[in-house]
Amino acid sequence: MATKSGRVISAEKPFNWKQALLKWEVFLVIIFIAVNIMNACISPYYMSVNGLFTATSSFLEKSFIVLPMAYVLLLGEIDISVGATVALSACMLGISFNAGMPMGAAVLICLLTGSLCGALNGLILTKFQELAPMIVTLGTQILFRGIAEILLTDQATGGFTKVAWFKNLYWGKVGPVPIMFIIFVICAAVFGVIMHCTTFGRRMYAIGSNPLAAKYSGIHVQKIRFIIYTITGTFSAVTAIFLASGMGSARSNIASGYELEAISMAVLGGILTDGGKGNFPGAILAIFILGFLRYGLGLVNVASQLMMVIIGLLLIVVVMAPNLNLGRFFKKKGTRA
Amino acid sequence: MKKKLLSAILCAAMLASVLAGCGGNGGSGSSTGGDANAPAADEGGADAGDDAQAPSDAGDDAQAPSDAGETSGDSGETSYAILVKSAGNPYNKKMIEGFQEVMDAQGATCVVKEPEEASAEAQIKMINELVAQGISSIAIAGNDADALQPALEQAMNQGIKVCCMDSAVNADSRQLFVNQAGIEIIGETLMEAVYDITGGEGQWAILSATSQATNQNAWIDAMKQVMEDEKYAGLELVEVAYGDDEYQKSVDQTQALLTNYPDLKVICAPTTVGIMAAAKVLQDENSSVKLTGLGLPSEMADYIGADDTHSCPYMYLWNPIDIGRLTAYVSLALVDGSITGASGETFTAGDLGEYTISEAADGGTEVVLGPPFAFTPDNIEEWKNVY
Amino acid sequence: MKKKFSLKSITSSRETSLVIVLILLCAFVQFRNSAFLTPGMIENLFKNYAVTMIMALGMMCVLLIGGIDIAVGSTLGFSGMCASLFLRDHTQMPAIVIFLISIAVGTICGTLIGLVISYGKVPPIIATLGGMYVFRGLAYLVAKNEWVSAYQFTDGYKDFAQSKYLGFGLVNNLIIITILIYILFFIFFKWTTLGRKIYAVGSNAEAAEVSGIKIHRIKIMCYAILGFLTGLCGAIYTSLYASAQGDMGTGLEMDVIAACVVGGVSLNGGRGSVVGVFLGALTMAIVGRALPLIGVSQFWQTAIKGLIIIVAVILNVLAQRAMDKNNLKGREM
Repeated sequence: MATKSGRVISAEKPFNWKQALLKWEVFLVIIFIAVNIMNACISPYYMSVNGLFTATSSFLEKSFIVLPMAYVLLLGEIDISVGATVALSACMLGISFNAGMPMGAAVLICLLTGSLCGALNGLILTKFQELAPMIVTLGTQILFRGIAEILLTDQATGGFTKVAWFKNLYWGKVGPVPIMFIIFVICAAVFGVIMHCTTFGRRMYAIGSNPLAAKYSGIHVQKIRFIIYTITGTFSAVTAIFLASGMGSARSNIASGYELEAISMAVLGGILTDGGKGNFPGAILAIFILGFLRYGLGLVNVASQLMMVIIGLLLIVVVMAPNLNLGRFFKKKGTRA
Repeated sequence: MKKKLLSAILCAAMLASVLAGCGGNGGSGSSTGGDANAPAADEGGADAGDDAQAPSDAGDDAQAPSDAGETSGDSGETSYAILVKSAGNPYNKKMIEGFQEVMDAQGATCVVKEPEEASAEAQIKMINELVAQGISSIAIAGNDADALQPALEQAMNQGIKVCCMDSAVNADSRQLFVNQAGIEIIGETLMEAVYDITGGEGQWAILSATSQATNQNAWIDAMKQVMEDEKYAGLELVEVAYGDDEYQKSVDQTQALLTNYPDLKVICAPTTVGIMAAAKVLQDENSSVKLTGLGLPSEMADYIGADDTHSCPYMYLWNPIDIGRLTAYVSLALVDGSITGASGETFTAGDLGEYTISEAADGGTEVVLGPPFAFTPDNIEEWKNVY
Repeated sequence: MKKKFSLKSITSSRETSLVIVLILLCAFVQFRNSAFLTPGMIENLFKNYAVTMIMALGMMCVLLIGGIDIAVGSTLGFSGMCASLFLRDHTQMPAIVIFLISIAVGTICGTLIGLVISYGKVPPIIATLGGMYVFRGLAYLVAKNEWVSAYQFTDGYKDFAQSKYLGFGLVNNLIIITILIYILFFIFFKWTTLGRKIYAVGSNAEAAEVSGIKIHRIKIMCYAILGFLTGLCGAIYTSLYASAQGDMGTGLEMDVIAACVVGGVSLNGGRGSVVGVFLGALTMAIVGRALPLIGVSQFWQTAIKGLIIIVAVILNVLAQRAMDKNNLKGREM
């Protein structure tokens, strides 16, 4: 049985991988519904539109990283510098705003900073292809946070709440729907379409399954890698914008640990770290599963230590469950997309 | 086809859950509407024996006009939340214990929130959860002075009373700050200790927590200000090192201080992890450098002593249990309306005595628990078992 | 015979490039601060970074089979906390018992992760990410948010990390333990079948399976070895710092992984050596120690650390490329 290549080649498209894909998706939907039912049972405050939408704002801002992270994981790579990129971009936003620039320009600088950070990762990784993404992004993670520390030393940079439209990015609502939610849905749709309906997306699958084969079939592997790392940086900056809007200020120590949360969301959504496997709706579902689960448990004030144990076990069990059960029933079929 | 089917299922599921949310909200909304009157009366009746509860209703009434009827959040039951900096820290635990003790004695519901990491983002999430629960008051030890402002303003707009303890959030995002000890007093006390241990002249250094720690930065600034006095002219502050409240990094930084400054006389570490690490290093290396600062007596019991085998002659801290207690009384008083957090108001905090609200340096208001307490070789034995 | 020699020269020259980087680093620091290379300083360096060095060996086992473990920081916290709590409640226990408890807890954690990865077919990063949350949560829960303070430790336990009785009064106990473990692993990987099997699984799992190696067992064993060493480090950590906190070891996993990768261990599995790991861990330790000594502002230190890691790995690649080119030339002629 070919381990990776089977599901990507378009000739096999009609049956094999779609079925498997459907299975994992359905599984996630079931979990999603189960989480919601459980939450509704344990807390009387859970089932309210306002509450739920407010809940989304507490995890959506970091979910913007999940979108490009899904691409990175799809390539079979990893980027753990995103948290630090968020911090550096947010600091640049604050510095340029407090230097007297209009907020719009500061936001652009923030996006630019993020893109540059991502491009640096991409540059190193494409120039030195022997290097593992893990170690390069670990290095840049420390570097980016260090630069943020140099820029701001022990100070915070703030006053963003003075600009109403900027504050509304995180806190504003259209009816009951937070503005951030709308933006997220749009971004997620764009990313999903690119991943599943364009040649670019198909090329990513090809690279993820077998980079060498992809290269020989004429795909500009390094160019695509560079683009994806840059996008990752850009969307880290988007997270930085929302985070800065939510907190009204920025410091060099914000967004620590975001990389691991983003990775766990993507992987729970079925995008494996081996590359070439997974699809987008799964990742989006996983964001909401983890987010709502945390929110629900938070509403009944489960101690955060216990919450860590629950989330950790959930991650392991959910990924393990299909391998154990379905493996017994459908011995020959791949169980996860 | 399959893909369309799939997305249809997805959309349906999303819609269903949102609709369910709507339905749930409609239901619970109307029932809270009912609750707003009925259980309030119920509670009043049930707690009639409890004196604290009677003024509570009156307070709510008085508050209602000013908040333009937005007090629906705390419909029936009053519950009081404490949100500390992070989990897994005995200092925070003691603060929570003090808070709970008072709340239990008053028969009030108490909600404890401990973020898994000491970050403002985690606290914002928890504030949102508390707001959704319709809590009456939030007492918070802020991980960041400014970053919590939008979230806390949101909470206050819903009629939730916000006070902070231990580590202040900025003046706009709170009604009152329960200050463990005035920043200036801490600065003066620590400077006096440094002056005393060095004998009035020589080099000294500071080992702080992270460079972002609001409390430590405020105290260090206060110390630097105090140092401008002529009395301290003989003292030279050589470096402010940051151990990030990580043991290994604090040890590295301490050893680097010893290497870089052979003439160093005193290290002042105003942070519980830093002072422990520094104490251990100094004691293991039989260094002549002495240590003072702010630390937990239980952690520091091994290192406090007057002779040369101990690295720390004395240090300071306040009682975290008392901070928790005082915060609980402040929360109660804010919710029942007996104080609004304005300067000049007074209230009684059980057996802690009477407190007066005063202007804080940052433009807000505060109550000050009292001066920091000195832990010396004489009293460390009895305190190490307390906290 | 000849082939073996040339192979060895390549692997050893891989490490040579790292040695050069190390020497340059030390020379620079020594130039900035003459107190750097003194016996006391070096002893402190090895003592304080014994934990990273020992765990890097375990991490190498896991990386060799193409896995990764980011739960080690939490495992260290959990095992160290369990042992310390036990010591607090049973103060008559000798230090060795406490060490054994910590090792046992660590081994169990590691084995569990290994089981999940090999039989549950969970990708290593997600299994250990889950483990990271679970063990950290457990560390807080068993301790009930308390710390174990210095005065609650027995003197025997605290003194272990400071005294030199294992090193016959010459070298600190922790350094002796580190050296012994490194020698042990060097022998293990060089001259035992089991050690070679790990390399085999890492470089080509399918081929290894066909040739009769039980991959599942090897995988579980590697994670168990890492757990074992992490447990040992949990005890060392608490003994060295005479304090146990629920959050100890946070972020350590990245230091350990960085030590391995800087030392030339491939994240794809199958490549890496004990000597390389030692040099990598030493680099990380020196960076950590030297930063406060070179007299740059506190706020610059993080950025410099990041820069050094990036430069070190890139230099390593460049050196490797140059050597490959040379080798190729030699072959052509």
